[in-house]
Amino acid sequence: MTFLVETRGLSVRLGGSMVLDDVDFTIRRGEIVTIVGPNGSGKSTLLRTILGGVRPSRGRIDRAPGLRLGYVPQRLALDPTLPMTVTRFLGLTRRIPPRERDAALTRAGIPDLGGQQMADLSGGQFQRVLLARAILENPDLLILDEATAGLDQPGAAAFYRRLEEVRSETGCAVLMVSHDLHVVMSASDRVICLNGHVCCEGTPQVVAEAPVYRALFGEGTQGALALYRHRHDHRHDHGGAADPDATRVREAG
Amino acid sequence: MLDDFMTRATLAGIGTALAAAPMGCFVVWRRMAYFGDATAHAAILGVALSLALSLPIFAGAVVIALLMATTVALLSGRGYAMDTLLGVLAHSALAFGLLAASFLTSVRIDIMAYLFGDILAVSRSDLAVIWGGAALVLALVAWRWSALLTATLNPDLARAAGIDPKHEELVLTLALAIVVAVAIKVVGVLLITALLIIPAATARPFARTPETMALIATGVAIASAWGGLRASYAFDTPTGPTIVCVVAILFCCSATVSGLRRLKVRTD
Repeated sequence: MTFLVETRGLSVRLGGSMVLDDVDFTIRRGEIVTIVGPNGSGKSTLLRTILGGVRPSRGRIDRAPGLRLGYVPQRLALDPTLPMTVTRFLGLTRRIPPRERDAALTRAGIPDLGGQQMADLSGGQFQRVLLARAILENPDLLILDEATAGLDQPGAAAFYRRLEEVRSETGCAVLMVSHDLHVVMSASDRVICLNGHVCCEGTPQVVAEAPVYRALFGEGTQGALALYRHRHDHRHDHGGAADPDATRVREAG
Repeated sequence: MLDDFMTRATLAGIGTALAAAPMGCFVVWRRMAYFGDATAHAAILGVALSLALSLPIFAGAVVIALLMATTVALLSGRGYAMDTLLGVLAHSALAFGLLAASFLTSVRIDIMAYLFGDILAVSRSDLAVIWGGAALVLALVAWRWSALLTATLNPDLARAAGIDPKHEELVLTLALAIVVAVAIKVVGVLLITALLIIPAATARPFARTPETMALIATGVAIASAWGGLRASYAFDTPTGPTIVCVVAILFCCSATVSGLRRLKVRTD
């Protein structure tokens, strides 16, 4: 099997408007792929189509047989009437042996919070619990929808480092949508720039230099590229938070 | 032992409590209170139709409650806010049900018994229907528990785990319709929602997981059914409303305790 998920000529119409138009998309085992694009470009719709929540109006979507998905939503609105401890949430869809669960909590950096209510966690802790739960599903493909939206830059950088570790530990593929362009680009094998259709696609460097990408994201993305190169020379603890260019990209995005 | 009307009434109350409490938790978590109301009010139309066609009341109530749920699903997202839509449907169904019942001159029915329940008049066959329905609801909810819970938390999370949220919604709707049909004889259509929501709300401050919340709610519902029955016998009050009053008092106690606890945390 060469691909985990593949779409051919995928089009999605939502409420009368064409959200995705003729999208060819493939993700293979062990790959980290990031989808970038302006608001309303169909990034989340593509993810939800892959998850099966949106029906394509044209084209086809193939999933590898027996494909296991892990999903980290952008936000999980936990109704205050629903009590939920971290431990219970980790075992939401399958019974987790205590040792496996403790290991997951430790890896997520929250070894002592198993008994906490989900509602009492900080934004960063909450996202790490969501990621830990998705990993416990032993997914072939981990799907993240702007999973770092509520985090500050060091928090987001740490989150992506954790993702890279997960990929190298388990060999699962990662598909994510993100606005943290500069951090995400450096952590990806391949970037897809989406705006209803696939504008351009390739390694982060190729995409960052593509004229369509610059047209969509403006001059600020120079910083993204600079940081991308920069990050490969050496490693910062804070994922380049002090880089003035990086800050400008955030504002532009 | 089933010859005693008090014993039959107690068993009917406990059976209804067993079905209503775990279902009520989902109604609270998914914010379906008004949906529960609409389903319950529609049941009175089901009762009138079953009496007119000499069909079993349980079947009529379940079918009309399901029809109501389907209508809500079909009409939602077509320009009306959900609460407006449910308000229109719930009260229209009640009004048409009462109207239909008034045409039934051939059968002398006491419509009050279906509006507020008539637990003291529960027969052996009513008891069989109540416990059968309760067992069905409990089996359904226990079987689908983790799928229902995941779909309640987040539909996309459910899809990633191979669960179809639409399917789980259907399971809940079916279970809700059965609970309504089971509870008609005990508390009546107007007070069914109280029996769904109040035990769950009472349990909330003391629960740390969804499962403990469902268990505590069940305990609260059983205690209320039993206590309400005793109180109505002692004070000669209508039984359905008395049961709801007892559970409402328990809710007040729970709210007070949780309020005091929060105050203590803040001053510590």
